Amino acid sequence: MIPAAFEYYRPKDMEGVLSLLAEHGDEARVMAGGHSLIPMMKLRMADVPHLIDLQDVGGLSDIEVGTDSIRIGAMVTQSDIITHEGLATAAPILREAALQIADPQVRYMGTVGGNVANGDPGNDMPGLMQCLDATFHLIGADGTRDVPARDFYEAAYMTAREDEEVLTAVTIPLLKGGHAYEKQKRKIGDYATAAAAVQIVNEGGTCAAASIAMTNLSDTPIYSQAACDALVGTSVDDSAIKAAMAAMLGDIDPSEDNRGPVAFKKHVAGIILRRAIERAWSRA
Amino acid sequence: MKDEITRDERVDNLKGMGCSRKRVEDARFTQGKGNYVDDIKLDGMLFGDFVRSPYAHARITSINTEEALKVPGVLAVLTAADLEPLGLHWMPTLAGDKQMVLADGKVLFQGQEVAFVVAEDRYAAADGIELVEVEYEELPVIVDPFEALQSDVVLREDLVAEDGSVPDGAHGARKHPNHIFTWEAGDKDPTDQVIAEADVVATESMYYHRTHPCPLETCGCVASMDKVNGKLTLWGTFQAPHAIRTVVSLISGIEEHNIRVISPDIGGGFGNKVGAYPGYVCSVVASIVTGKPVKWIEDRMDNLMTTAFARDYHMTGKIAATKEGKITGLHCQVVADHGGFDACADPTKFPAGFMNICTGSYDIPTAYLEVDGVYTNKAPGGVSYRCSFRVTEAVYFIERMIEVLAIELNMDAAELRRMNFIKKEQFPYKAALGWEYDSGDYHTAWDKALETVDYAGLRAEQAQRVEDFKAGKTRSLMGIGLSFFTEIVGAGPVKNCDILGLGMFDSCEIRIHPTGSAIARLGTISQGQGHATTFAQILATEIGLPADSITIEEGDTDTAPYGLGTYGSRSTPVAGAATAMAGRKIRAKAQMIAAYLLEVHDNDVEFDVDRFVVKGAPERFKTMKEVAFAAYNQAIPGLEPGLEAVSYYDPPNMTYPFGAYVCVMDIDVDTGVPDIRRFYALDDCGTRINPMIIEGQVHGGLTEALAVSLGQEIAYDDMGNVKTGTLMDFFLPTAWEVPNYETDHTVTPSPHHPIGAKGVGESPHVGGVPCFSNAVQDAFRPFGNRHTNMPHDHWRIWKTANELGLHE
Repeated sequence: MIPAAFEYYRPKDMEGVLSLLAEHGDEARVMAGGHSLIPMMKLRMADVPHLIDLQDVGGLSDIEVGTDSIRIGAMVTQSDIITHEGLATAAPILREAALQIADPQVRYMGTVGGNVANGDPGNDMPGLMQCLDATFHLIGADGTRDVPARDFYEAAYMTAREDEEVLTAVTIPLLKGGHAYEKQKRKIGDYATAAAAVQIVNEGGTCAAASIAMTNLSDTPIYSQAACDALVGTSVDDSAIKAAMAAMLGDIDPSEDNRGPVAFKKHVAGIILRRAIERAWSRA
Repeated sequence: MKDEITRDERVDNLKGMGCSRKRVEDARFTQGKGNYVDDIKLDGMLFGDFVRSPYAHARITSINTEEALKVPGVLAVLTAADLEPLGLHWMPTLAGDKQMVLADGKVLFQGQEVAFVVAEDRYAAADGIELVEVEYEELPVIVDPFEALQSDVVLREDLVAEDGSVPDGAHGARKHPNHIFTWEAGDKDPTDQVIAEADVVATESMYYHRTHPCPLETCGCVASMDKVNGKLTLWGTFQAPHAIRTVVSLISGIEEHNIRVISPDIGGGFGNKVGAYPGYVCSVVASIVTGKPVKWIEDRMDNLMTTAFARDYHMTGKIAATKEGKITGLHCQVVADHGGFDACADPTKFPAGFMNICTGSYDIPTAYLEVDGVYTNKAPGGVSYRCSFRVTEAVYFIERMIEVLAIELNMDAAELRRMNFIKKEQFPYKAALGWEYDSGDYHTAWDKALETVDYAGLRAEQAQRVEDFKAGKTRSLMGIGLSFFTEIVGAGPVKNCDILGLGMFDSCEIRIHPTGSAIARLGTISQGQGHATTFAQILATEIGLPADSITIEEGDTDTAPYGLGTYGSRSTPVAGAATAMAGRKIRAKAQMIAAYLLEVHDNDVEFDVDRFVVKGAPERFKTMKEVAFAAYNQAIPGLEPGLEAVSYYDPPNMTYPFGAYVCVMDIDVDTGVPDIRRFYALDDCGTRINPMIIEGQVHGGLTEALAVSLGQEIAYDDMGNVKTGTLMDFFLPTAWEVPNYETDHTVTPSPHHPIGAKGVGESPHVGGVPCFSNAVQDAFRPFGNRHTNMPHDHWRIWKTANELGLHE
């Protein structure tokens, strides 16, 4: 559990970060909380000759709750999410989800930016961000660009972010309706056996809008448009929920691991989605 | 002099036996001021670490260390070829087998030690490891012991004769090259006959999966050879420091007086730190070669993958009974997977430990046990993880067989147990498989447990839940887990318990200081059990000095008396007895001194709490403190000055703590998630020394039981790769997963122990595992479940429900 030798940098601003990235290319990695990257380096599964620590770069740790959107800096920690009063009102699903990530010690260090940018299918924030239709803000040598969370993930640890780009913030449009983040895990600190993020709008007993994303059930988070479509226009009764579950199962592609075989994961994914929909609907 | 305080106050001031004295160790532990082996830093200290095999079975065709030696800071790379001239490339195991220290031509399990890189710091060692080039030629891998016994693939060529025959092993005849031993207890033919003629026979096969003790602190050592005075000092995570000294001496040829073994603070052992590991040998050799201290510390993956595992028993049982439910016979057959080397830590005459306690708490007149040990391509070990030797396996076996028999008889499992318990008046009870149980009152404990949890009410609630489930009103089932266990601890009588010929007595040496305080040293070593607290309490009561004035020291072989260490709940039964006996020797001399000071005959004074009083004249007394001063400073005719004693205690028998546990669990049928609603644990460990420490031990043991039964395992794939080598996949429960425990007790003292204490540290684990497992299985009993194997993690519970047709 000892990493190979590496150079450690702690630039004071984004310019410094970008110039290091330009200089070292794919031999460099930026680090936010380090709770995914450092273990990989210690296991010598990630070879990072140049490690760029973002913690001294200003302007990455703010949470701004606006009238029509929420902006969360990349270095905001899971703990910051949990304790932020404005967020608790504007986007309670964030707190509900963050409380189910790892344990308090990890949440003090683990960041939103690291969680979404790393591309680990086990991370909770990517699916959540897809559910909330977040936009990721990237900065590179050629300036800034925005990528929708739903277009960001390509495969495990493969994302739309280029090696020389840094994810600086996420923006979430103002949320409407009821929410739920439901996660089954073996123990505290574990990745999900299955997790579902659901945001749902109830207009007069009819589902006016729904957003559903699943975590750790494919090599990327899965935003299931088909599952959303199965709910919209219904009264979210048992048959509509079953249709949403079936639609979601068509979109995921879990693989066997120590949590269990595929059949088990699919079954649990359905159950977890049902519970998430029911809870979100009860709050909508 | 007028006595200012009452007798009760004097008793309280001692903080002796029965007092929930706060742990004296915790001041340093809770402040991060413990001194563990990795805290030891010596001038010029080097670090050693292993190149480990990625393969479970392979021949090694070459090892090239050239590039590794070029890494700045790397000083040496040891291989088997370097150790061979010293005769140290193999070492004896505690089980009478031998084990490669470094791979000698082949590897037998993933993670096996292949080369030892010695460097100026850990980072250089890690870089050096990366650059040692080892060429492997893969061999067929066997991870299933049943396959091993049929296979043509020979794992241990060193144990096959040139003509292909299979010589006897340390425990007698071997029937296949991959077979280690057959061990029998009881009477085969009469047992077969009872089973053949019985009204009812329940048969079940069960696999008690491989798991690991996983102490928070991994194994490690610092070896320091002083070439000037020829003395080797070895600090390490040793549960048996004196035995390690003797073994090091026997292996290395260094005389025992030139070896000093020190166990500093140990962060949990649970059996993992009993055996000898290649890291110890390599560190010693590296220190001798370099003339500098060498430290070796495992990382978590090393610990889980290579140092001693626990369990891995395939058990098949037949239990015979009358149609009314009176058990008439028990047959148990075990195939034990020992991995690549037989490195079990059992008393030498017991290659399957005390598995022959498997008749449990029941009066079973006829029984037979047969255990076959087998080699496979897995890590060696087979230690007693928070239990006496193989007792968790034995108790799990009988407590599952009882449940299966209850199903066969269509009886309530609590009633079936009550019908078959050994009765109070039958003690001392000679069991069919050989042991003599010292004392017990099982019926009282069982009735108290069932009454406290309202057993009848729970069964009614469960029946209602089943109805509701069938009616579609709930997707949750309720399980009531029962277990009644008898442990066999305190190994043990030297006449039948030794390890490599070292008798399993233990010891205590006491020095009373002139001003009335004391130091006592023991042959045991605490790994968190709180010995410094509890042994002082035993002495406080025995000699009448306050526990707060008594220092307890263990773990330094240069100062502590010889003993066999701490495991198998043996500290209180054996060293605790030695402590009391040494205390009584102190008291006997003190009585003579007091009588002299009081100017009466020895027999005219008697001990009372903290003093000797003249019989019939309680106002005339000398306190133990006064006696201590006089012992050193007053010339007393016929007595040597000083007040010291030593006792080596060879117990006449084991002790047999017991307990009654009940677990109430709700199970989410759709997700397989269990929710432990209630856990009640009644323990009878005989005389209770410190109720608070007992409660803590029970909480800890139950938590490890929860872990093992609900998810903790060392799993291998078909290629012998460890699938659970990190704490992400190896289940170590946190406060979040642990329920609230209700503890209770009865007190049935051991008749042969000086203070009647039986030991408790491991009871909750032994009784807890079947209790949690029975709760899961009981939830599905109404739907036809008979037995499913642990660990009951979410997907396996879900699978049970699925196979019973409980999903849509």
